[in-house]
Amino acid sequence: MNWKHYFNTSIGKKLQMSLTGLFLILFLIVHCYVNAQIFYNDGGVRFNEAAHFMGTNFLIRAIEFGLFGFLILHIVQGLMLWSSNRAKRTNRYAVSAGNQTSKWYSRSMALLGTLILLFLVLHLSKFWAPNRYSQLSGNGEKNLFEMMRDEFQMSWVVIVYTFGCISLGWHLVHGFYSSFQTLGLGTHKYKGFIKSIGIAFSIIVPLIFAAMPVAFFMQWIK
Amino acid sequence: MNLTLKVWKQKNNKTQGAFETFKVSNISSEMSFLEMFDVLNEQLVAEGKEPVAFDHDCREGICGMCSMYINGRAHGPWTHNTTCQLHMREYKDGDTIVVEPWRANAFPVIKDLVVNRSSFDRIIQSGGYISVNTGNAVDANALPVEKQKADDSFAAAMCIGCGACVAACPNASAMLFVSAKVSHLSLLPQGEPERKARAVNMVNQMDTEGFGSCTNIGACEAECPKGISLENIARLNREYISAVLSGSANSA
Repeated sequence: MNWKHYFNTSIGKKLQMSLTGLFLILFLIVHCYVNAQIFYNDGGVRFNEAAHFMGTNFLIRAIEFGLFGFLILHIVQGLMLWSSNRAKRTNRYAVSAGNQTSKWYSRSMALLGTLILLFLVLHLSKFWAPNRYSQLSGNGEKNLFEMMRDEFQMSWVVIVYTFGCISLGWHLVHGFYSSFQTLGLGTHKYKGFIKSIGIAFSIIVPLIFAAMPVAFFMQWIK
Repeated sequence: MNLTLKVWKQKNNKTQGAFETFKVSNISSEMSFLEMFDVLNEQLVAEGKEPVAFDHDCREGICGMCSMYINGRAHGPWTHNTTCQLHMREYKDGDTIVVEPWRANAFPVIKDLVVNRSSFDRIIQSGGYISVNTGNAVDANALPVEKQKADDSFAAAMCIGCGACVAACPNASAMLFVSAKVSHLSLLPQGEPERKARAVNMVNQMDTEGFGSCTNIGACEAECPKGISLENIARLNREYISAVLSGSANSA
């Protein structure tokens, strides 16, 4: 037996989901902190400074490769788990317990994750991809603050972003606690604490993200 | 009371099953759910029809045999109880009750509501044991055990292996069962020598048997008749990680 085997057992797959999920949670904190600079409402000066650092720093760019790697692993492993788990019960129940024995969001991680993925495709194509393309083709960085201001004038974009953030919030309510439970920290000593922090995180972070398009759309930030 | 029962009938593992509807009358609210099935079967036998096959043994909530999935709930709607402990006072005259077998590919249907849970036995065989020297029995108090660990171990040992955790889990995962068995032995000094190999081997066997992967949904804990806690799953995760990281699992 070897490492590959250990990571491919049912607990090993849980660990893959947990560790990549925790990395993505760390990414969310950094992303949220940097983007929240727009709330200084200084015409994007501080935000663009932070965005310039994130977009040009060698270390951050190197970590970006890791981020995409972990993101893809999280998505692929998650979908594979969903499909293999479904296949473990070929004959399904005529009547199911539904919300009587578990929370809907804990059973809907694949669906919520897919919604987040669809949102991500739009999100990356609007900001990350044009900016990196511009950098690689020698035209330098784009003014991301102005891009945000322009994009978030369109009501459909604001609506999609809001739904993306709601999906993220529900995904995190289960994901945050679940990643620690998988690492074995779901003991009576820590479980309540982890769940509380997880719920606070799942409300605060998506709320800050959702406030960004809304603030631009409402012209609170100019 | 008079009831309508929609019961899963299936000849064997090779054939497709289907629901069949039965009427039972004069059911006392003091009967257990299994006694209500006894009435149904007596009625079927008297009519010259084949009775419904269902598992049962002790009828006092400790053997874990009575595996019925009742109106979407393992062992019915009550918490911390088995089907034999479910009483008909839960139901009203005229109710329709849907009764299904445990559904999981790792628990193939033998007949009607009876499923084959030998996969649990094979998981136990793969690591759910301790080694004891032969000779005179050792004094019960020769090995000191920390009170909290003794209590946690005892709570895990309450698992009766009924399979409600698998039946209730949307992923058909056996993690609660396996974690209870691993916890029960690994918390005690007697379980120490095989501790690491046990965690790895039992998880391997669980995967081989075709159970799903745990995604921390928690329906198992909600349906467990013995109140086995999700903390045991956290402990199994720790046992597994520590066995793999220490490298001692290879000796398994």
